[in-house]
Amino acid sequence: MFSSLRTLWLTFLHLFHRRETILYPETKPYLAPRFRGRIILSRDPDGEERCVSCYLCAAACPVDCIALQKTEEQGRWYPQFFRINFSRCIFCGFCEEACPTYAIQLTPDFEMSEYERPNLVYEKEHLLISGTGKYPGYNFYRVSGLAIPGKDKGQAEREEPPVDLQTLLP
Amino acid sequence: MSALAADLANVFGILVVLLGVSAVLTWVERRLLGAWQDRYGPNRAGPFGALTVVADMIKILFKQDWVPPFADRAVFVIAPAVVMVTTFLAFGIVPVTGAIGIAGRLNIGLLFFLAMSSLTVYSVVLGGWASNSKYSLLGGMRACAQMLAYEVFMGLSLAGVVVLAGSFNLDTIVRAQRGLWYIVPQFIGFVVFLIAGIAETHRLPFDLPEGENELGAGYHTEYSGMKFGLFFIGEYAGVVLISALITTLFLGGWQGPLLPPILWFLIKTGFFIGFFILLRAALPRLRYDQLMAYGWKLMLPLALLNLAVTGAVVLALQHPAT
Repeated sequence: MFSSLRTLWLTFLHLFHRRETILYPETKPYLAPRFRGRIILSRDPDGEERCVSCYLCAAACPVDCIALQKTEEQGRWYPQFFRINFSRCIFCGFCEEACPTYAIQLTPDFEMSEYERPNLVYEKEHLLISGTGKYPGYNFYRVSGLAIPGKDKGQAEREEPPVDLQTLLP
Repeated sequence: MSALAADLANVFGILVVLLGVSAVLTWVERRLLGAWQDRYGPNRAGPFGALTVVADMIKILFKQDWVPPFADRAVFVIAPAVVMVTTFLAFGIVPVTGAIGIAGRLNIGLLFFLAMSSLTVYSVVLGGWASNSKYSLLGGMRACAQMLAYEVFMGLSLAGVVVLAGSFNLDTIVRAQRGLWYIVPQFIGFVVFLIAGIAETHRLPFDLPEGENELGAGYHTEYSGMKFGLFFIGEYAGVVLISALITTLFLGGWQGPLLPPILWFLIKTGFFIGFFILLRAALPRLRYDQLMAYGWKLMLPLALLNLAVTGAVVLALQHPAT
């Protein structure tokens, strides 16, 4: 009986407590730097697309919301189209973990509501940003051994020139 | 002619105000619950979200009026009307002030209230029965047992007041409290009536007939649209009615210093409406056997004891020992 009355009193005192609710559209909630929100495709420091169309993100995606098509220009791979269906995306971040080139990244932005479902399908031009995202200095082709126009084998960062198999000289 | 006009204004005024208050209570309750749970509650539509009531009303009125094919159609439709009719009829005997009030001077006022609140059981039990589904039936049976049990000592708890005032006439009862509110000499009666009132309106912590976690929604599981709305408004009207009656019977009704009588009545009633909502915010639901044991083993003896002692004291005062 006494505990019930005490409960009543303590509950009543909550009238004077600060309210926990964040009035969302007026006050924005704090979003952590690693918040997993809207997915973007980033560019490397030279302004080129980072995505090399390896399909690892599409393979990792548990809800199959990523679709892309590989195309090749002088040894360098690009996605011909890159499509994310955000009405299916669960923002798990597996694509970001799978990406070998830091191309696909999740950003602290979740305000992407639409009135029509087809509008939630983002194409490459919607996904691609002009910056480097979370990894400013990284350029996949600058550290990989692949030869592309403007960079031959052995010219990457911290890379030795390839061994010439045709000679016996050390 | 002017007397007739005044009477009509009285009747319709009280009807409209009660209906309006019951509707607005849906919003007040959510706001207060929010405040007590460190939330805001509905605060979007209109100032402080007050227009939420209008939005709810529009929504519920435009819903499809659907009767389940397995239900007993006639009874299913009548049941929600019964709760409204009985609650509103019962409110007729409340003297809001000396002048305002439909039948405040009815000489069987209290008995009429008890009769009407007993009839409210029908709406619940018929609604549960006519729905023809398990949860509804269980809810209806529970409500029936609960309300019958708590009806008994609700009447007994009021008997003390009747003994002191010597009348069933609510107007007389209020006037008899000029010197001392009955909450002082009849404190046990007040507590018992308050608890019985909560049980009668099946509000938390006695809302077993609805018991969301075990019965879906209890007796109104199958109801939707405005028929559900009638149950809902009926419940809030019941809260207002019980609060108004507590005010009238134990807190001296409209009487109080300085402020006009109508304001005193509203303040006291509003306090108890708030208390009802606070109970909902604070206390968990009882188990069914606890509810029954509480009613029969604690409240009934307490009410009887209160009545016996009150009667003995009044007799002793009237006939001093020689």
